[in-house]
This record gives sequence, structure tokens and C-alpha cells, in this order.
Amino acid sequence: MADIHLDRDLLTMLQEVMGNEYPVLLDTFLSDSEERLCVLRKAEDAVQLMNAAHSFKGSSSNMGAARLAELCHELEQCAKERKLADIEKLVKKIDSEFAIIRPLYEAERQRSLSE
Amino acid sequence: MPSLESLTILIAEDSAADRMLLSHIVRRQGHEVLTAANGVEAVESFLQQRPHLVLMDAMMPVMDGFEAARQIKLLAGETLVPIIFLTSLSESEALARCLEAGGDDFLAKPYNPVILAAKIKAMDRLRRLQATVLQQRDLIAKHHEYLLNEQRVAKAVFDKVAHSGCLSAPNIRYLQSPYALFNGDLLLAAFTPAGDMHVLLGDFTGHGLPAAVGAMPLAEVFYGMTAKGYGLPETLREMNAKLKRILPVDMFCCATLLCLSFQRRSVEVWNGGMPDGYLHTIATDERKPLTARHLPLGVLSPQTFDDRTEVFPMAVGDRVFLLSDGVIDTCDGDEQLFGVERLHQVFAANRQPDSLFEEIERALRDFGGEARDDVSMVEVSLLEAAQLSPPALVYSDSGQSCPLDWSASFEFRAATLKRFNPLPYLLQLLLEVHGLRAQSSALYSVLAELYSNALEHGVLGLDSSLKRDAAGFARYYLQRNERLDALQNGYVRVHLQVMPEGKGGCLIVGVEDSGSGFDVARVLERPLDGVRLSGRGINLIRQLGRNASWSDEGRSARVEFFWEALA
Repeated sequence: MADIHLDRDLLTMLQEVMGNEYPVLLDTFLSDSEERLCVLRKAEDAVQLMNAAHSFKGSSSNMGAARLAELCHELEQCAKERKLADIEKLVKKIDSEFAIIRPLYEAERQRSLSE
Repeated sequence: MPSLESLTILIAEDSAADRMLLSHIVRRQGHEVLTAANGVEAVESFLQQRPHLVLMDAMMPVMDGFEAARQIKLLAGETLVPIIFLTSLSESEALARCLEAGGDDFLAKPYNPVILAAKIKAMDRLRRLQATVLQQRDLIAKHHEYLLNEQRVAKAVFDKVAHSGCLSAPNIRYLQSPYALFNGDLLLAAFTPAGDMHVLLGDFTGHGLPAAVGAMPLAEVFYGMTAKGYGLPETLREMNAKLKRILPVDMFCCATLLCLSFQRRSVEVWNGGMPDGYLHTIATDERKPLTARHLPLGVLSPQTFDDRTEVFPMAVGDRVFLLSDGVIDTCDGDEQLFGVERLHQVFAANRQPDSLFEEIERALRDFGGEARDDVSMVEVSLLEAAQLSPPALVYSDSGQSCPLDWSASFEFRAATLKRFNPLPYLLQLLLEVHGLRAQSSALYSVLAELYSNALEHGVLGLDSSLKRDAAGFARYYLQRNERLDALQNGYVRVHLQVMPEGKGGCLIVGVEDSGSGFDVARVLERPLDGVRLSGRGINLIRQLGRNASWSDEGRSARVEFFWEALA
């Protein structure tokens, strides 16, 4: 079921592009994402939330985190339409999605290092 | 990728992972990479490193991509620095914002290296195209400046030549754009030694300098020959031969030449390829078209060139109007020509002859024609001879070698009379005598009258009474041409005798012809102040010369000129 969360083809392409830097890229994405999650949780208004969700969506899609990108997109829409109840639900979903993919990316990093 | 040159590309993206990924993709495609994490950094980096192309994230902290794009475009000025927005924006409104801020393209996330490479390549092509366009624009501007300068110099030189004539005479009105010369339009006017006025309106084929180069030699011939007393036919022949010799085959000069004689009250016309001119008779308000009867100057060989002119009578106040094809070829928005019909309508509506130019200009404007700068118009009116003052001729010799005691006789026979006008040579010879220079105009007029009397009435046997009305006038000159063409025998003799008298001197001019003479007594009975100085011009001779007399039944004429001591 890993395919909902990770786009494996995209990861293959990323590894090809990045070569030796591939693990660094994965690291960077994970630490970047942590920061973005903090911003999401602490966002004070809809605009901030919308922008943060938008950026997060962009980098998630670049990194092949398909499900995460999808959730960020939904969050961006809710923030735009000021659906406050849904927002809280979505931030939680994003949290748990990240909790799922984090070990997947770490495993991917290990795999690439051991190649 | 062959032929792709390495560019310096600025990546402005706040997400570290995205920035890293994109930098790698771009570097692997062979480009230099600069990075910025927000809009302010991006503008700063652009200022310092002048990258060729920018990949710009829309949403960034501190300064977003829209503002950064605007500032970079402003800094780039005319140079095209393509900006590709990096975006997962999907709403058309957001995409429109990118374009408004100066974005040239989009790249959607997730990045696809193949698409990115294609976009960079396309943008690079656009960038180079713009650079080429700018370069060529500057080059064109430089060439244009150069060309204008050349034209200024050429025009300044030419104006010196053109304005050496008498375009400012009170009987000439003209309208020409200041750079008409570079449209091939040429307007010249000068007095002959006899006080007649020669006017040329010409139109060279082509535009720009090529159209103007022929003007200089043409003007030189026109002024040189007019000043020496040559008539239209000789001047035309020389102009045609010169242009034929120097111009390339596809270049020639349409031209109308006029000789306005204030003393004889007539106008002689030659029109080669120009639009109809008009002789406006004020008394009848009739406008007689002066139609082109010849090919332009510079087309025919000297052997086939036709220098035949037409002569029409004029009264004081009558006008000759000439125009260039710029007037009737003016187009409206639908490519319709203004045309001769509309010109005639303007003529018909004209009440004040003096406002004709303005009325034609207004009609051209109303017609919706674009203002053309090859519209030339000239109007020459016949004044009383006394109202004009031909400029005094300037001589450069000291007078030390002035011949004061001599005589010479010439006999011009049929074959010569057909083609050759001896008057300029005779005048030139006589003007070596300084004492005669002050009366060169009278001298030339008298010589011209005596010679044409001897030739036309004597040798050719033409009847001067024909010239009483306009139709007869035309018939007279037609007969003159026919008889001259057919001439087999006959002569005109000219005797010149110069003698010193005290501190001054005396010239005796004798002219004989082989004709049948005329009834001297009857002609001399006529009053001396005839209004129209047609006929044998005998009154003119008697007024301008001294002791005019005729003998041998009118076949021999004699006139004297005197001068006092020179100051």
C-alpha cells in the first residue's frame, strides 16, 4: 500500500538527478517539512495557513509525497474558503501522514546509502 | 544538448529541498546556478550577477515572487530576462498574476527535467531574439542617423546650388517639402541674359540619395546654359545627354521646362513625363493643360531626343501652374488616388488665384491622404517686364585684356540654322567688351529679336500676323518647326563691329537674311507702344538699341550700342 504515500517512479528519477546528493535531498526534505508542520500548527490567520499549505504542497509533490501533497491541497482550499472545522481535521491528517512517510523516506535514504 | 550555450540561471525558491533539487537539474543541463531563498535575495542577486534567466517561486517570505519579478523586469530594462514561475498554482487568476508581474512562462511542480530543459531552451531563444532585435534596432538607428547626416550635408550643398537661381523672384510661388530633393523632386528657376525666366520642375525616379544625385548635374546644366543665353531646346538636349550618360538605365527625370518671356508675353513649354501643367488665362478663367509630349530626360539617346517646345501667349497676370505626381497620386485610406478629376474640382472652386495652393493642400488633407513629402507645386505669373529685376551678372576678369577695336562676320547656313543657336556664343564674345556688360540684357534681347526675325520671317518666311490670337500662336510655332525641319537653303549673317570712341565705345550690329524682306515703312508706322509686343519685335529693337534701321527691303537690319567711359 506504500504507493498511496510515495511515488516510487518519481523517487527513482530524483535519485538519478541527484546522484550522490540524493540522501542529502531526502534529509533536507524531512527537516524542511518539520518546519512547515510547525508553521501549519501555529498559523494565526487563513492567509498564512493558505500560503504555508501551498508551499508544502509544492515541495511534497516535488518529492513524490503524493498523499501529503493531496492533503496540503485540500488544506489550501479550506483555508481559502475559511472552513475552520475542516482545517483542524486536515492539519491532524497531515501530521499523521507525515508520521507515516517519515520512516518511509528514512528507509529510502538507508537503501540508497547502502547501494 | 548541442548548440545550447551555458546560461547563468537564478533560482529563487524558499523551500530548501525544492531549491536543491532544481539547482541539480539545472546544473546537470549545463548551466551556472545562482540561488535565492526569497524575493529580496533574488533582486539582490540579479543586481550583482545579472543572470540570463530566472526561475521564480511565487510564494516566498520577505518578498514574494510577484514583486521580485516586477523589480527584476524593471532593472533589466530593454534586455529580455525571461522569468519562469515555479508554481503549483492552478487557478487561472493566480496564473494571470504571474503574467502581470512580468512572468514569461510557468513550470508546474513536481518538476519534470525534460520539460524544464525545453522551457529554458525556448526562453533562451526568445532572449537571443530580443537581443538581436535590440542590436539591429540600434544599428538601424545608427545607420539612420548616418543617413540623415549625409542628407543634411547633401542638402546643404545642393541648396547652395539650387538657391543660386531666382526662386525668390516676386512672380514665383512654390511649395516643396524641405527634403523634397530626396524624393527626387527638383525645382529650379533662373533668368536668361535677356531677362526671360527659365523654370524647371523635375521628378527623378526613386527615392533617397539615388534620386538626389542626378539633381546636381541637372542644376548645373540648367543654370550654366540659362545664364549663357541658351534657349530651352539646347538646354534640354544638353540635360538629356548628360543624364543619359551618367544615370543608370532605370533612372531618369520627368521634367517640365518653361521659358517665360516677359517682353514677348509668351511661355515656351516642354513637358517630358510630368503630370499636366496648366496655363491659367485670368481674363477667360480658362486653364489650358500643358500635357507631356515627350519621354523624360535621360531616356532617349541624343540622336532620338525630341527638343520641340510649344509656345503660348500670356497676358500680364496669367499664371502657369506646375505640380509633381505626389499631388495626384496621394492615396486615401482605401488606396484611392486623389486624381486629376479632384484637382480640376479644386480649380473650378477656386476664386482667389492666390489661395490655390492652400486649397489644393486642404483638398489633399480632406481627401484623407497621408501627408506626403513629395508634393511639389509651383506657380509662375507673368508680370510687366519692368516689375522684375534680373540680378546683375558678376564677372571675375580684370578688364585688362578687353578687346576694343575689331569686327567679325558670321554666316549661318541652313544645316546650322536647323540645330544651332549662335546667340550664346555671340553674346559671350561681345561681353568680353567691358563697356557692353552693363547693357547685356538689352544687347541680348536685341540680338535675340534680330536673329529670330531673320530666321523666322526672313529665312523661314513665317507670317507674324498669325500670332494675333492664341490658336494662331500655336499654328505659328508649329509651322516654324516644320519649316525648320525641311530647310535646305538660306542663311543668316551677323556682322559685329566694335570701335573705341573717346573714352567709351560703340558696337554696330548688322543682321542680314536670305528671305524676301518686308515693307519697312509700313511696319515702322505703327505706334511705338504696342501693348502686345508680338510681330516682328521691331518696337523692342527700337526701344532697346540706338539708331535701328532697315535696308535692302527689310533683309538687312542695323542697330548701335554706345557706352561711356567706365568708372
